[in-house]
Amino acid sequence: MTRHLRYLVPLGLFALLALLLMRGLSLDPKLVPSPLIGKPMPAFSLTRLENPQATLSDADLKGKVSILNVWATWCVSCRAEHQTLLQLVKSHQVNLYGLDYKDNRDDAQRWLQLLGNPYLANAFDENGRVGINWGVYGTPETFIMDKRGIIRHKHIGPLTPEVLSSEILPLIAKLEAEPQ
Amino acid sequence: MIPELGHFALILSLCLALVLAIFPMVGSLTNTPAWIALARPTAIGQFCFTLLAFACLVYAFLTNDFSVAYVAQNGNTLLPTIYKISAVWGAHEGSLLLWALILTGWTTAVALFSRKLPDVMLARVLSVMGMVSIGFMSFLLFTSNPFARVFPVPAQGGDLNPLLQDPGLAIHPPMLYMGYVGMSVAFSFAIAALIGGKLDATWARWTRPWTTVAWVFLTIGITLGSWWAYNELGWGGWWFWDPVENASFMPWLAATALVHSLAVTEKRGAFKRWTVLLSLLAFSLSLLGTFLVRSGVLTSVHSFAADPARGLFILVFLSIVIGGSLLLYAWRAPDVTSGGRFDLLSRETLLLGNNLLLVVIDAFIVLGTLAPLIYDAMGWGKISVGFPWFTTMFVIFTPFLVLIMGLGPLTRWKHQDPAQLARQMKIALAVAIAAGLIAGLPILHGGSWQAGLAVALSVWLLASLTLSLRQRGRTLDGVRDWLKSFRNRGGGSYYGMIVAHLGVAVFIIGITFATQFSQQEDVRLSPGQSYTLAGYAFRFDGVKSVPGPNYRADRGTITITRGTDQVATLHPEKRTYTVQTKPMTESGIDIGVFRDLYVSMGESLGDGDWSLRLYYKPFVRWIWLGGIMIAIGGLLAALDRRYRIALQPQAETAQPAGKQHLAPGVST
Repeated sequence: MTRHLRYLVPLGLFALLALLLMRGLSLDPKLVPSPLIGKPMPAFSLTRLENPQATLSDADLKGKVSILNVWATWCVSCRAEHQTLLQLVKSHQVNLYGLDYKDNRDDAQRWLQLLGNPYLANAFDENGRVGINWGVYGTPETFIMDKRGIIRHKHIGPLTPEVLSSEILPLIAKLEAEPQ
Repeated sequence: MIPELGHFALILSLCLALVLAIFPMVGSLTNTPAWIALARPTAIGQFCFTLLAFACLVYAFLTNDFSVAYVAQNGNTLLPTIYKISAVWGAHEGSLLLWALILTGWTTAVALFSRKLPDVMLARVLSVMGMVSIGFMSFLLFTSNPFARVFPVPAQGGDLNPLLQDPGLAIHPPMLYMGYVGMSVAFSFAIAALIGGKLDATWARWTRPWTTVAWVFLTIGITLGSWWAYNELGWGGWWFWDPVENASFMPWLAATALVHSLAVTEKRGAFKRWTVLLSLLAFSLSLLGTFLVRSGVLTSVHSFAADPARGLFILVFLSIVIGGSLLLYAWRAPDVTSGGRFDLLSRETLLLGNNLLLVVIDAFIVLGTLAPLIYDAMGWGKISVGFPWFTTMFVIFTPFLVLIMGLGPLTRWKHQDPAQLARQMKIALAVAIAAGLIAGLPILHGGSWQAGLAVALSVWLLASLTLSLRQRGRTLDGVRDWLKSFRNRGGGSYYGMIVAHLGVAVFIIGITFATQFSQQEDVRLSPGQSYTLAGYAFRFDGVKSVPGPNYRADRGTITITRGTDQVATLHPEKRTYTVQTKPMTESGIDIGVFRDLYVSMGESLGDGDWSLRLYYKPFVRWIWLGGIMIAIGGLLAALDRRYRIALQPQAETAQPAGKQHLAPGVST
């Protein structure tokens, strides 16, 4: 019998591997904590996408719980995320701002007209300088700031209704409850 | 309409896969000839429908049909035609379709070229391949449909990832997939043999050419990938130990062990259980690679869009295929009889040694690749495993592997007289040590023990292969055999072994010298200014803006001189692709047998100044030359005449079994 058992060794090893891989599916390897979390948001001042004469700066985001969503028209997953954002602002009272990253102004304005505009305002980061300061390395990314302008959370990749209900909205509720 | 046709063809292909997986297998167990006979036509039909689906997707790319989501994401009207075609496999869905196409292609090839195989065996082999196909077809249809439509239809496509717009990368994935998927043939033969309980030399002989061909494709694919990385990534590297690269290297090592082990099983009837296990392992590692690349559990420069649903699907599929096959192994393997006996010093022992070394190296690579995942899963934190781990492991194990490679061809099957072997190898050993000392000691340069070791190992291989050739030519029989083998264009496995092992020698020189003696410098140059590296003067002659079909490029001009000779004029480029706005470097490379000169563009620093990265890379070409030689060796072995005889029904007993023992060749 023991002679037969050793032929089960490969199967046993594979079972261990499969368990490991199973566990791996629920982990996110990209979840490297952003060094910006817990720090004040990097200062910026950019023209607004909707109106090149007006500016949007970090000061506009302070004093309330705010969300900054980094997007671009060339980004396919942003298109998928856009519906979720529209739903979010329809169903919840949130301060959603956009950072249009490395984009073309005409394309981006057309995008908002065509698909709808969930943002209070958009900063137009044509050459991506501000994005670099914020540590953006791919769109879409979403930052959540508390009332004092401290970055409390960063989400990499498209927001989905599940992510919103399980992570983002509870966090916002908690931050809203914090004192100024 | 055409995309729906493609979608429909895929559904039909899945249906045929179900038929192929069930009826011939059941028929073979219940002895129902009509069901067994279904195997061949069903396999061919499945291939035809998958080919149709693939053609539909190619058509959608060529006609810029952006109503297909996948085309909208990866196509573009401005894309040159060759990249419109290669964009088909440029992302997850399409590359999976290519994978499925190649799988059905291999199945059809087995159906067409295995007329000699007993019907029951063929039915089982094809049936197992059909089962594998069910997994991939449902994965495509249920999680990754390449024909899904998008509305509103975008006016322009998202363009192919600029990194992939390179001729090397257009053919790299198909080659690699031919290799990965080709391992399914050896896998299916093993399963069929386990079911039938007949693991013998015949089974090994059937499996061998298929495995060798798949292994050749895998070798070419990996070599191409490395060459592409060197050209395209702009920092002179040719291997990064990235999870995706490891995903291709893991099955390659297992397959290398397998082709050697099959040689023993075919010629001596030994190692049967081990060979079966390797057949299962090689394909399992291909599947594991697929999982790692597509599930997003590891971060990688190559990773496809991660999707947990897809990850789960592959994991379940993986568990059924691998778990099921290992269960079958555990059930059947104890009944397999042991094959021919052999002494402690014999070719069998040496081949077993090389097999174990290859598997150990493989295990270390699997461990290194999965380590970040293990750490994360155990809550030990985040780590990344890089060059030091993998390189150390290679430097430790490769010398032993090469020592054995040198002894193998000169050692007899079954029993070898140690004194005789020592007498033969004495000269080889002396020459190798002398060459190593000359190369390693600080005589010609600063001295480098790595270079010394590499030269010693390569010379050892070269000397032993020469001895082996001479040994064959010494006796009259040997000469006659030699001539005959040339006339028949057979005897390929022996010459294949020689070429492939020489390729390993070339490869070792290449990696060691390129690693040890490379020089590089990051410099800031104004137009007209020069910088001297390794005796070559690199003069920067400024940058011009040049339009490309779907990008703009800053093209630099660098003139390289050595003394008064002009060596080369290089034009490295920094491209900005219009759609994805990613900056890409196209390196300027002057290719040479003994050295490459390599320039890649950094950033514009204003006033016409640029930061440039200059490299002097000695012997770097030898890396790919070695890879190509290994592949050619495999091809020679696969073309060995005795397999073709085995495939032709009329020449059934053309070659007496004893004949093969004259050719002391382990084909690789």
